[in-house]
Amino acid sequence: MGATHLPSTEFDGTELDDQLEAQAEAALGVPPTEMVQLLGPDGTLGTDSVFSAYAGRLDAEKLRGFYADMAAIRRFDQEATALQRQGQLALWVPLTGQEAAQIGSGRASQPQDYIFPTYREHGVALTRNVDLAELLKQFRGVSNGGWNPKDTNFHLYTLVLAAQTPHAVGYAMGIQRDQKLAEAQRLEGAQGVEGSAEPKAAVMVYFGDGASSEGDVHESMVFASSYNAPVVFFCQNNHWAISVPTAVQTRIPLSNRAKGYGFPGIRVDGNDVIAVHAVTEWALEHARQGNGPVLIEAFTYRVGAHTTADDPTKYRESSEEALWREKDPLDRLEKYLRAEGMADDAFFAKVAAEGDELAAYIRKSTYASDAPDIRTAFANTYVEAHPLVAEELAWFEEYSAGFAGEDEGDGAGR
Amino acid sequence: MTTMTIAKAINEGLRATLSNNPKSLLMGEDIGPLGGVYRVTDGLIGEFGADRVVDTPLAESGIIGTAIGLALRGYLPVAEIQFDGFVFPGFNQITTQLAKIHSRSNGNLTVPVVIRIPYGGGIGSIEHHSESPEALFAHTPGLRIITPSNPHDAYWMIQQAVNCQDPVIVFEPKRRYWLKGEVDTESAGPAEDPFKAHVVREGTDATVVVYGPLVPVALAAANAAAEDGRSIEVIDLRSISPIDFDAIEASVRKTGRLVVAHEAPTFGGIGGEIAARISERAFLSLEAPVIRVGGFHMPYPVAKIEEDYLPDIDRILEALDRAFAY
Repeated sequence: MGATHLPSTEFDGTELDDQLEAQAEAALGVPPTEMVQLLGPDGTLGTDSVFSAYAGRLDAEKLRGFYADMAAIRRFDQEATALQRQGQLALWVPLTGQEAAQIGSGRASQPQDYIFPTYREHGVALTRNVDLAELLKQFRGVSNGGWNPKDTNFHLYTLVLAAQTPHAVGYAMGIQRDQKLAEAQRLEGAQGVEGSAEPKAAVMVYFGDGASSEGDVHESMVFASSYNAPVVFFCQNNHWAISVPTAVQTRIPLSNRAKGYGFPGIRVDGNDVIAVHAVTEWALEHARQGNGPVLIEAFTYRVGAHTTADDPTKYRESSEEALWREKDPLDRLEKYLRAEGMADDAFFAKVAAEGDELAAYIRKSTYASDAPDIRTAFANTYVEAHPLVAEELAWFEEYSAGFAGEDEGDGAGR
Repeated sequence: MTTMTIAKAINEGLRATLSNNPKSLLMGEDIGPLGGVYRVTDGLIGEFGADRVVDTPLAESGIIGTAIGLALRGYLPVAEIQFDGFVFPGFNQITTQLAKIHSRSNGNLTVPVVIRIPYGGGIGSIEHHSESPEALFAHTPGLRIITPSNPHDAYWMIQQAVNCQDPVIVFEPKRRYWLKGEVDTESAGPAEDPFKAHVVREGTDATVVVYGPLVPVALAAANAAAEDGRSIEVIDLRSISPIDFDAIEASVRKTGRLVVAHEAPTFGGIGGEIAARISERAFLSLEAPVIRVGGFHMPYPVAKIEEDYLPDIDRILEALDRAFAY
C-alpha cells in the first residue's frame, strides 16, 4: 500500500464488502492496494509489496531518462501553447500535470506493443518515437494524423471519445489469433515461420475520466473480458472533463469498475512516474502472458485548461490547482534524483537546454508545415478506384484550370 | 450451375471466403451454433471454429469497433448486424471511424471491414426489423454499399466485398432470403464488378431503377406494363455507393423516362440523388421528370399496414403512368 492517499470521491464499503473485494481481487491476481504510490510528493521512495520489485528494475540512467522525457514534453507543451496563441495552431490540448502518467506508462510499453491514444497523449507519443512536429500537424489543421502508426505502433489520435477503445480490443483479438496461427504453423513444421519466436505483444488504450462514461468503454471491457484479450485500459483520471468534475462521471474509484468485468483494476498515483511505470509493466506483462485485460486508473490532474479555448476559472478554484502543483511529477523526481545523488545541476541544465532545442525545432517545423493539396484528400478517401471521386476530381481540375494565370490568394486560385 | 436460395448463396460465399483466406473471420450476435437468426452462417462454426466464427457480446458498437481493430491488425472481419434497425448503436463506429480511418491516416491505414445487414420490410415483423437505412450510409464518404438481389450475385458479391480494401456494407434483402436461383460457383463473369449496375430486362420506352428486394417487383411491373404495350427496361442497381450513373444514363438516353423505386423513404433518399444526377447528365433526353417511388416520410409502420407503405407493382405502374403522361 502506498504511503499517502490523494483525495478522492471513493465511498467506504462495509467491512464485509472489503473482505469480499479482497477475496475477489486475490482470485484475479490483482495486488491488494487502494492506490499505488512509490515516490511521494516529498521525493521519498516508499515500498509496495508487489510493485517495489518492478521499481527495483530501474537504474539511475532510466530514472534520469524519465525526468528528461517529462521535462521535454512539458517544454513541448509550453511551446505548443505559445504557437496556438500566435495563431500557428488552431487549438492546443495541454498535458501539463499528466507527464508522469504518460511517460511512466509509455516507457513501460515495448516496441511490439500497440498503443491507442485519445488526443492528449503527447508524452506517450514521445516514448513511441513519434516525431512531435508531425503530431502538431493535426492541431495546425494540415493533417488528421501526421505520422504513420505502422512505424511506431502508436495509433492516430481519436477525437470521438472512447471510440478507440473497441479498436484496441479488436487489435488485441488479432494478436491472439496471430499467436494461434503461428503456433499452428509451428506445429505443422512450416519452414521460416518466426511465429512463436516473436515477442509477445499487448495493446494499451488511453482514455480519461470523462470518456469512461461512454458506452464504448463498457462494450470494450465486456469484449476484452469475454475473450481474455491482451489489452491494458489506461485511464488518466485528470479530474476534469472540460468543466465537469469526476464525481459526475463516477461515484466510485474508476479502477473499481474492473471488478464488474472480472479483471484487475489498479489505481496508481498518476503523478508518480516510478509507480506508474511499475504498475504498467506489471499490467502489460499480465496481458502479454495471456492472463487477460487490466484497468489502470492513473490518479492525476490536468493543471492547465482542457484546451486553449477553455477557461478553468469559470468552473474550479485556483486553490485546487495550487494543491495539485504541490504534487508535481517533475518536482518530486528531481528531489529524489538529487537526494540520491543520481543527478546534479549540470544534468538539469542539460535537460533545460535540450528542451529549448526541442522548442526551436517545433517552432521551425510548424512554421514550415504547409497545407496539403486537396488532391491528396481525393486520393485517400478510398483505397480502390471510385467513379464519383474521379468525377468530382476531374470537375475540380477543370474548374481550377479556369483560374490559371490569376494571382494566388484570391481564395479561388490553385 | 447450382440452384440455391440467397441465404444459402451467402452462406456458401462466406464458406468460400473462410476457406480461401485464413485472415478472414465472421463476427456477430448468434452467428455461431444458431447460425444467425436467418441461418445465413449455418454450419460455419463447426467447420471453422469459434475463433473464425465469433459469437460476440450483444453490442453493435463493440462489434464494429473490434472489427476495425482486427482489420488494423491485418484481419478481414465480416460483421453481421442482426437487423437493419439495430445498426444504430454502431452508427458512430461506422461513420466517424470506419469510413474515415484510411483518409485521416493519409492513406497509411486500411480497414477492409465488411458489414452484413439484413434489411427491408415485407416480413410482417415488429418494429425496428423492417427498415431500409441505406441512404444514411450512402451519404458517408469512405464507405461502399452493395445489395444483391439474386443468389448468384449474393454468392459473389459477399466474396468481392471481403476482397475489397475499402469498408463495404452489404445490405441483404431479407424478404428474398428464400428466393431461389441459379448460381455459377465456378466463376463470376467478367462484367460482374460488384459496383456496376445490371440491366436485368431490356426495354425501349421507360427505365425503372431498383435494387435489392424491389428487383422482382419491378420485373413484375414491367411484365404488366408490357401487356399495355409499354416496353420497360429494368436496372438492378446492385451498388448504392458508388452508383453506376453511366449505366442509368445510357438507359435513359435510350428510353427517355426514368422511375426510381426503393423501400426507403423518398425524402433524402437514393432516388433523389439519381434524379438529380440524371437531370444533370441527360436533361435533353428526358421526356418527363424523374419520378420516385418509395416509403413515406414516417417511421416504418406496423406490420398490418406495411403493404400500404411498401412500393409494389401498382405503385411502380402508377409512377410509369405519370411518366408517360408527359
